[in-house]
Amino acid sequence: MSLLDGLQSLGHGTLSMLARMGRAGLFLGRLMPSLDMSLRRPGLVVRELYASGVLSFVIVAVSGLFVGMVLGLQGYITLSKFNAVNSLGVVVALSLVRELGPVLTALLFAGRAGSALTAEIGLMKSTEQLSAMEMMAVDPFRRIIGPRFLAAFIAVPLLTLIFDAVGVFGGYLVGVAMLGVDNGLFWSAMHGAVSFRADVLSGLLKSVVFGFVGAWIAVFNGYDAVPNASGVSRATTRTVVNASLAVLGLDFLLTAWLFS
Amino acid sequence: MNSSDNSSSQIDADQDPPLVQIEGLTFRRGQKVIFDGLDIDIPRGKVTAIMGPSGTGKTTLLKLIGAQLRPQAGRIRVDGVDIHRLGGRALYRMRRRMGMLFQSSALLTDLDVFENVAFPLRENTRLPGGVLRTLILMKLQAVGLRGARRLTSSELSGGMARRVALARAIALDPMMIMYDEPFTGLDPITLGAIVALIKRLNDGMGLTTVIVSHDVPETLGIADLVYVISQGKVVARGSPETLQQTDSPWVRQFMRGEADGPVPFHYPAPPYLEDLMGDAP
Repeated sequence: MSLLDGLQSLGHGTLSMLARMGRAGLFLGRLMPSLDMSLRRPGLVVRELYASGVLSFVIVAVSGLFVGMVLGLQGYITLSKFNAVNSLGVVVALSLVRELGPVLTALLFAGRAGSALTAEIGLMKSTEQLSAMEMMAVDPFRRIIGPRFLAAFIAVPLLTLIFDAVGVFGGYLVGVAMLGVDNGLFWSAMHGAVSFRADVLSGLLKSVVFGFVGAWIAVFNGYDAVPNASGVSRATTRTVVNASLAVLGLDFLLTAWLFS
Repeated sequence: MNSSDNSSSQIDADQDPPLVQIEGLTFRRGQKVIFDGLDIDIPRGKVTAIMGPSGTGKTTLLKLIGAQLRPQAGRIRVDGVDIHRLGGRALYRMRRRMGMLFQSSALLTDLDVFENVAFPLRENTRLPGGVLRTLILMKLQAVGLRGARRLTSSELSGGMARRVALARAIALDPMMIMYDEPFTGLDPITLGAIVALIKRLNDGMGLTTVIVSHDVPETLGIADLVYVISQGKVVARGSPETLQQTDSPWVRQFMRGEADGPVPFHYPAPPYLEDLMGDAP
């Protein structure tokens, strides 16, 4: 490939990316006013909350447990060198509520539910179901995309709380039940050092932002998918990649804003 | 336009004004011109067929009539209203009066037959449960699938799915129904049933029917007026009988399904021998 071809390809890729970002912005502009039906018919959101939230519970809880256990083990090994194993509860809890809980939950959600949302909406588009709805005088934004977006947006913070809680329990299992850290000190140190407002709420704010962006990326990529098998497949992959990068990038910005 | 104009003047004369008037419609996708100043009138209460080879934009035309696409020029008036000037609620109000049967049936895959037919009613009306049930059973009875109401879409054959989609298309008692290739991929029995059903619904419910198809015998069997389009323009228009006797070689080739003629069998290519002897890919 010549230099000129390379430049042309780079320019084409950049233009397509900018065009997609523009479409995503317009999509969001159309999506926001369409959420009124989701608010008037909460049953639609509850059903989607089950599909994207409840069905993601197991993967989030199991991941949280293992992450908490690893934190407990690594924390114990490191803290024991400084004779500070009594601070294990603090290390586990702060790591989880500030960073790992929101970030890993959002990444897991993008892989489990975000990709499923994209595939579902993309397939509905490729099988003309969205088109058919428009012809039945039913707005797909109100009836299909809005409730799914709202459900995903609500699910991520709730799943983050579950991840945090199960993770702390995992740290407790390894630190207290297996390695013999004092039970009372584990909890009291955590209680004393973790601030509800500065740590828990800040982590939760991160998860709200991740939920919004992840849900937006998932439903947009489904709606914007080229309506055939490879188009839906590419859209699904794009959701996982874009959402993961967005979460990690935003995490840095939010951490710099909230904790510096 | 050919001599068949005279034969169709009777159709126009007793059905004035047309339900759908397409005037000077121009539609392009990128550089490709799909329609170039297309003029079509669809009379009320009749079965109008729009025919042409694959790729001539027949499905696109239905999407333009339903305002799912916007033309670059020209206008489409549905029941006297320029549909592309309607927006938001007014457009949806108009669409409630327009049923459409998609080629893929486009059934909602997470709903069963009953709920698929109920969908437009549940979303657009506030009918009590009992009335809704009665209406849906009546629609399903009309397409012969009352007994299949609890089947899921994956349990339906292609013909059954199309009939369910038809029941759904008439759920809101529209003034017109647009059929996109309704005869494609059906076995002979189902094909006969669908043909009869379209005619019966048109006559029985006083609908206006628009069929987009390239299945000649089935379409001509029920159509009152036929438009043949090619390369973005109407190339023939008239009743099925007159189009069968047309002088146009192009229309004759299409109507008789001849493999070669004015529409060549071969895609444009360099000379055969030159191609065989050459080394170009």
